[in-house]
Amino acid sequence: MGFLRKGLFKGVSFRFTSLTACLFLLFFASTLILPVAYNGSILLNSALATEAPAPAPAGEHASPVLSKAEGKAEEGKKEGEEGFTYQPAPKLKVGDYPIVKGFNSRIAVWIVAQLHLWFGAFVLAVPIFVLVIEGVGMATKDERYDHMAHEFIKVSMTAFSLTASLGGLLTIMFVSFYPDFFKYMAAIFGKTMIIYAILFFGESFCLYIYYYGWDRMNKGFSKWVHLTMGLMLNVFGMTLMVLSNVWASFMMAPSGVDDAGVFTGNIWEAMRGPLWNPINLHRFIANIAFGGSIVGAYAAYKFLSAKTNEEKAHYDWMGYTANFIAIFGFLPLPFAGYWLMKEVYGYSQQMGITAMGGAFAWLFIIQAVLIGALFLGANYYLWCGMGRIKGSERYTPAIKYLIVVIVGCFLVWFTPHTLIMTAKEVTQVGGTHHPVLGSLGVMSAKNTAVNILIVSTFLSFMLYRRSNKIATASWTSTGNAIQVALFAAGAINIVTLGVYGYFIPANIRIGLSIPQVMTTLTVIIVSSLIDAFMYKGAKSTGPIEWGKMGPRSQYALFLLAVSFTWLMGLMGYVRSALRQHWHVYTVLRDNSLDAFTPTLGYAAGIITIAVYIFIALVIFAFWIANFSAKKHVEASH
Amino acid sequence: MKVFIRIMIFSVLISMTYWGFSNYGIPQVIPEAPPVEEKISGSMTMDQYIALGGKIFNGKGTCTLCHNPVGGRAPLLVESGKDGAPVGARAADRIKDPRYKGKAKTAEEYIHESMVEPSTFVVAGFGKPGTNDTVSPMPNINKGSIGLNEAEIGAVISYLQKSAGVQVTVKLPTGAAPAAAEAPAEPQSAKTPEEAFGKHGCTTCHKIPGIEEAGDVGPDLTGLSARAGNRVKGLVAEQYVMQSILTPDAYTVKGFEPGTMPGDLGEKMTVKELDMIIKYLLEKKG
Repeated sequence: MGFLRKGLFKGVSFRFTSLTACLFLLFFASTLILPVAYNGSILLNSALATEAPAPAPAGEHASPVLSKAEGKAEEGKKEGEEGFTYQPAPKLKVGDYPIVKGFNSRIAVWIVAQLHLWFGAFVLAVPIFVLVIEGVGMATKDERYDHMAHEFIKVSMTAFSLTASLGGLLTIMFVSFYPDFFKYMAAIFGKTMIIYAILFFGESFCLYIYYYGWDRMNKGFSKWVHLTMGLMLNVFGMTLMVLSNVWASFMMAPSGVDDAGVFTGNIWEAMRGPLWNPINLHRFIANIAFGGSIVGAYAAYKFLSAKTNEEKAHYDWMGYTANFIAIFGFLPLPFAGYWLMKEVYGYSQQMGITAMGGAFAWLFIIQAVLIGALFLGANYYLWCGMGRIKGSERYTPAIKYLIVVIVGCFLVWFTPHTLIMTAKEVTQVGGTHHPVLGSLGVMSAKNTAVNILIVSTFLSFMLYRRSNKIATASWTSTGNAIQVALFAAGAINIVTLGVYGYFIPANIRIGLSIPQVMTTLTVIIVSSLIDAFMYKGAKSTGPIEWGKMGPRSQYALFLLAVSFTWLMGLMGYVRSALRQHWHVYTVLRDNSLDAFTPTLGYAAGIITIAVYIFIALVIFAFWIANFSAKKHVEASH
Repeated sequence: MKVFIRIMIFSVLISMTYWGFSNYGIPQVIPEAPPVEEKISGSMTMDQYIALGGKIFNGKGTCTLCHNPVGGRAPLLVESGKDGAPVGARAADRIKDPRYKGKAKTAEEYIHESMVEPSTFVVAGFGKPGTNDTVSPMPNINKGSIGLNEAEIGAVISYLQKSAGVQVTVKLPTGAAPAAAEAPAEPQSAKTPEEAFGKHGCTTCHKIPGIEEAGDVGPDLTGLSARAGNRVKGLVAEQYVMQSILTPDAYTVKGFEPGTMPGDLGEKMTVKELDMIIKYLLEKKG
């Protein structure tokens, strides 16, 4: 607690012991948690209310927060009072949408919301892996981890302010461009919005203490206090994320309202919509992958600009770690995506089919291209990385086979089911499906391809990890044989399930993705365990020569960062566009001039513009980060 | 700096590649315009009513998303399949099924019930997974995102009965004429901008470059591309033309009376037509 004695509490006569430090922490936590708990109790009260306010018949009354289209406020009745009634969703007309000259409402909200999400994802993800890396540094007593974690969080500091600014801008845009929609949402979620703001303060407190206290709170017990701050930062961040996901998932699959959009008064019912948790999980994992890729790009830039070998070694190691984090998050992402889509189908088959087989079917071909680029980029980086490890020559012949498998899987995923052709072409091909390749366009083939792709990428990583090690365990041959059998059996099982999918109805077929995923996870977990035991105390063929990487490998990291950003923009678009001409699906219709669904080319244009703005802002954030004093780079990588 | 420029070029190129693929590597499907409530006029005949049912079945009702021969997600309705004859013909048998617990007494009532309360009777193999065919994945089509009214539901039932070749038992909505008449053509997008101008009567009032027929009630649209971007501050050319078509009175050109141009073109035009017209007007210079 030296830093507190010398700094904050200089001259104070009481002794600072571990006990007082704990009390301080407890007090600090209380100041943050109490308001949340208080608000939580309000929520809980309404959630547990035995008698929710009766819904009003459409068009009779209007709450103080609802639109002019629906009537006037009921005199003297406030929310929570007896007799108060919530109102149906307003039926809007073109004239209810203010036109602000110089702005297209939809494009403006689209771009700002997307930028807010990108930065939000980044600042939520970085503290997660920073905390883990700091913890690893503490456990291994290796200061390099601590320095790297510090540098990661430094990069995210400006992004934090940008996230908040963009969030404010987005709110203003909602109020300005879509006032009736915002009123309707605020009427239901007003309390959660206030809690959100309070949590944001909590997150800010923790972030600033965590970042600015890094050097002072780096020894003994104070390091634990620092780590606790990091944990609380993440708790606040995660709570913020799941709270804002409530609003997004409500818009897609409203709950806690009746058919006319009348709020039943039970906020918990409105929060726990069918898509809330799938979106929570999907965003949590995607954030980690995205955050890893962005700091990877930062490390790559620093690597390419490095003047000394020490700097190169440091940023090479940083880039490798960031890439590891990105891939660690990326591998389970398709599974979270399947769960989300399964729940979308469960909520509304119509919405599910619109996504996968209707207006947006071709969007998933663009997604396949992006994911293919991500897998190829990540694997390429790993293969390049093997060049800096003595002993990796043993495994390099396997790379060409991995390339064939990965490219093959990518092509299967990329294959569309039906083709848009002229009448002449249809006659030549004999139908809208290609006679052979058309069968690769269905989910059975694509699920199979993505699982094999993931297993192959994991194999790449395993080979990389083994590159400078020679196992000395007595059962090494048996272990290797088991692993080969495991990979072979896994691949056969995944392919067999995929082929079986062609012979069963569609609604049962979708269930096959679960055993396929379980097979993939089993292969990954079991072979990781075998490797961990088999390579315990392994002989080293030499150290990893950090910094000995060609520049091309660093461009792979940029490819990952840009592709992840673009992919997030694309998937954010489709998640939102699935509502089609509804602000809140089935409840509050969008009757603005922009209610139509644009073509994918148009959407791609907006996404690209948003990506460019994001890149510019990220460069600004990195530039600011470099203003602070440079850390001494460790020479002993 | 050199590194920075290289990275920027690389990043811009990657994004452009994705943009290029999205625009030129895949077909640009123009999604359906948001559906509007169908107007059942007093002079509608039964054939027109049936045709309207077909339009709703294939469009606003989104029935074919699931009831199609490709996906196998729902029983086929207008054609024979492994589920038997089209629904119009097999509906009467469903009521006799021992699993049927609904209230329908006639084929028409059964079809109506399966549209507004789809879980009343779920065809074997088409229930939500894990519900043993007791819960249907189909939405209630008189609620939610589809939200058909009774007249529209009746039109769909009449279409299903007609498609099955059985007697149409649905009664025309009150006010519609019973006498047979020629069915209206399915509203389809014009194939060319010229056709779209003709379809919506633009040339009755405007002079449009490249089109012979011309009127002078509205402004001459020759050379519009040069001035459209400067008409209303803050609106680029494309936005201005779109606003002029969809909400014509938002800005009236000097010398012309507001309220002259019809304000319901946005409801009558398809998105494709609107897109074609805007492009045509902004591309034609002379």
